[in-house]
Amino acid sequence: MAIGLAHYLTVAAILFTLGIFGIFLNRKNVIIMLMSIELMLLAVSINLVAFSVFLNNLVGQAFAMFVLTVAAAEAAIGLAILVVYFRNRGTIAVEDINMMKG
Amino acid sequence: MIVQAIMFYVFAVLAVASGVLVVSSRNPVHSVLFLIVAFFNAAGLFVLIGAEFLAMILVIVYVGAVAVLFLFVVMMLDIDFVQLRSGFVRYLPIGGLVGFILLAELVLVIGSWVVAPGVPSATAASAAGGVSLSNTRALGDILYTRYLFAFQAAGLILLVAMIGAIVLTLRHRADVRRQSIAAQLARTRAQSVEVVKVPIGAGGR
Amino acid sequence: MAVAVVFLPLFAAVIAGFFGRVIGDRGAQLVTCGALLLSAVLGIFLFRDILASEGPRVIPLASWIVAGGVDVTWSLRLDTLSGVMILVVTIVSSMVHVYSIGYMAEDPSIPRFMAYLSLFTFAMLALVTANDFVQLFFGWEGVGLMSYLLIGFWYDRPSANTAAIKAFVVNRVGDFGFALGIFAVFFIFGALDFGTVFGKAPSVVDARMEFLGWQVDALPLVCILLFIGAMGKSAQIPLHTWLPDAMEGPTPVSALIHAATMVTAGVFMVARLSPMFEYASTALAVVGVIGGTTAIFAASVGMAQNDIKRVIAWSTCSQLGYMFAAAAVSAYAAAIFHLFSHAFFKGLLFLCSGSVIHAMGGEQDMRRMGGLWRKIPWTYGTMWVGALSLSGIPFFSGYYSKDTILEAAWAAGTAVGRYGWCLGTLAAFMTAFYISRVMFMTFHGEPHADEETMHHVHESPWVMAIPLVVLATGATLFGFIGYDFFVGEGRVEFWKKSILVLPQFDSLARVEEIPQLVRYMPLIFGLLGIGTAFVFYIVDNTIPVRLASQFRALYLFLLNKWYFDELYDWLFVRPAMMIGDGLWKSGDGAVIDGLGPDGVAAVTRDLARQASRLQTGYLYHYAFAMMIGLVALVTWYLLPR
Repeated sequence: MAIGLAHYLTVAAILFTLGIFGIFLNRKNVIIMLMSIELMLLAVSINLVAFSVFLNNLVGQAFAMFVLTVAAAEAAIGLAILVVYFRNRGTIAVEDINMMKG
Repeated sequence: MIVQAIMFYVFAVLAVASGVLVVSSRNPVHSVLFLIVAFFNAAGLFVLIGAEFLAMILVIVYVGAVAVLFLFVVMMLDIDFVQLRSGFVRYLPIGGLVGFILLAELVLVIGSWVVAPGVPSATAASAAGGVSLSNTRALGDILYTRYLFAFQAAGLILLVAMIGAIVLTLRHRADVRRQSIAAQLARTRAQSVEVVKVPIGAGGR
Repeated sequence: MAVAVVFLPLFAAVIAGFFGRVIGDRGAQLVTCGALLLSAVLGIFLFRDILASEGPRVIPLASWIVAGGVDVTWSLRLDTLSGVMILVVTIVSSMVHVYSIGYMAEDPSIPRFMAYLSLFTFAMLALVTANDFVQLFFGWEGVGLMSYLLIGFWYDRPSANTAAIKAFVVNRVGDFGFALGIFAVFFIFGALDFGTVFGKAPSVVDARMEFLGWQVDALPLVCILLFIGAMGKSAQIPLHTWLPDAMEGPTPVSALIHAATMVTAGVFMVARLSPMFEYASTALAVVGVIGGTTAIFAASVGMAQNDIKRVIAWSTCSQLGYMFAAAAVSAYAAAIFHLFSHAFFKGLLFLCSGSVIHAMGGEQDMRRMGGLWRKIPWTYGTMWVGALSLSGIPFFSGYYSKDTILEAAWAAGTAVGRYGWCLGTLAAFMTAFYISRVMFMTFHGEPHADEETMHHVHESPWVMAIPLVVLATGATLFGFIGYDFFVGEGRVEFWKKSILVLPQFDSLARVEEIPQLVRYMPLIFGLLGIGTAFVFYIVDNTIPVRLASQFRALYLFLLNKWYFDELYDWLFVRPAMMIGDGLWKSGDGAVIDGLGPDGVAAVTRDLARQASRLQTGYLYHYAFAMMIGLVALVTWYLLPR
């Protein structure tokens, strides 16, 4: 079977869903959450690139590069926050982070 | 063609599998490593599809920088990962249901997707020159001309992220001496020299 | 000049009331007494003017209501009736003002008291000079208000407060009837001023109107409704319960309001509306029955009371019954005549009793008095004048006025008239008895008070004694001086048009024709009353006690005012309180508060609390929520496909 756009998009969809799972199913620590976000961004990038190739338009790839950039920045900041939080709280178990409870 | 298909399926299955293992590993270090594997496979998919520049960027930036950063932090935080809090299973049904619905919808969309008629001609601007460009060259052509502003903005974002990370995590160690040039230069004679009247013959302390 | 007479008390009240602290006690007393005395003097001149003029004069002052068919103007109606009433009000009020200087000398709120007295006088004057029903009602309500304020003058006493409220509420019941009467007047006559209404009265004699689903004669209905107001104001059965309790107020208040002026407003009203009442015989019959019944009822209760002021209060109630009985047989002139003379001797009796109370250091129970006549001779003397006048002893004015009423009642020849005569004559015996009882118990016999009190008994200062003398003079001389003008031969030229008496009902004209025995019966009964009291309280002190223990039930019945208060408490007060309580706790509390403020607040709080449970603080919960939202959105977009 010829590998068409749909296949790539399916892969991206599965990865995206996995990332979402990772966010609200994990109970262990916040780093898993951040990694799940990275997974989602990866899925989005695959989507963009796939479309770009199949529509013969390079905009998708350029945008995927920006996505990459922003993902890196966001990972850095997120981890910095995490580090500071860990310094203050001593734990990064997700269940303990409920100070914003209304 | 057949090789392509096989490679595609290999990369795709590995990517998905490592994605699953990222979220379900007990050891966070394992999770990071599986994330790296996922990135690699995604890069492979990019190469397959013809976006090799992006594939390399993925490897260099994502794997080389972001994943390593993750690893650093995981190591640094000294997490007690033996303790696994339960609750994963409790929410699995409802979370699984919601996720599955999302997936189904995404696939549904993909399956019934048709390209709008005018799109291919409008977006075929990239190969205007007729010359066969490499992916990198073609990307560079549009990135530094049409999307210059976005490119510069992305740079700014990175700058801000860097500053932000430093600001957040920098702490002064109490036992490290540091210089304050301004304070040194502003020192007055009264602060630096103390005249002590020493009686004749006393000397010493 | 008429304007000055009416408004001087108002100015005095305003000055004393608002600037009392500035001008001080003395200043307030001087301002109010001066204004009232001036008003009284001007009132005499005004009366002379009125006698000289031809008919009623109306002085318009200012327009009040002009709306639809209602055109009400503040105005002063000056005819003989209002002139007579002005005289009564201003003379008695000025005497009470002067008396109050002495009686209330140690009170902490003198300016307030004087201001209230003057304001009351103004309201009463506005009432008697009214030229339409609305101004009459204004004065009516005004005196009711001042009565409330003055009864509850010593507002730190809970009994005074409750008495004031009782007076106001019972008055209010009467005022409700009055108001309905005014509405009916407007409904039938289309106007509210006396001139128009009186002019049209003969023509609406046969009118009928619908009331509570029945077709009734209009004019009697109106008159009865208006009379209900008079019943409340003049303390007739069944709206009499407030008058004895009104004695909680200071004695000058009792003298002014509850003897001479406010309670007589009802009688004045009936006389003023004689052009209407004359054409409504049914209403007059009602007036007569109630008046006669009240006369004897109040007299019987007065015989058993032990508080000196309460006896005199019941006496007032009884005498008002006489006045209404007179009005019932169309002898309005006799009613007003008795009103005037009663103002003198009842006011005198009250002020004398105040003098006694003042001498006894605040003691009001007659059983603790006695043996005072040597120590306070002026009070003793003037009080006897009042007592004899009340009992109807010849030469004193009470004889002329009271007996004229009874003669007219017999002469009328109607059943109501005979009823009034019988009860009135019996009541005359009781009247003489109870007032003589007061005199003997208070002034004669062994002193029942302790040494300390008896030692302090002293005659009142001259500011208190002078009004007593003035009123005593009036109680003595007014009778035979005024007889001719008020009810005798000269009455037609005297009253002119202010009172209407239809020829077929003119009982005063037939007074000469009654049998001699009938004429002298009240006097005989009166003398018998005094004699009985003499026997009971001077000759043999034990008779009353033995009688009381032998006829214990009857005695208690009289002492407890025929248990009217208890009846009303059971019939009206308790159900009203229950309804009020129910509405308060269940209606207001549970329903309105529960659904309204409290309910809304509680529901809001609950909703907010439940909404806040969404904020768990866990990031993944939020992400999950976002996911659900996303899925829902996508589903919604996919559905049309």
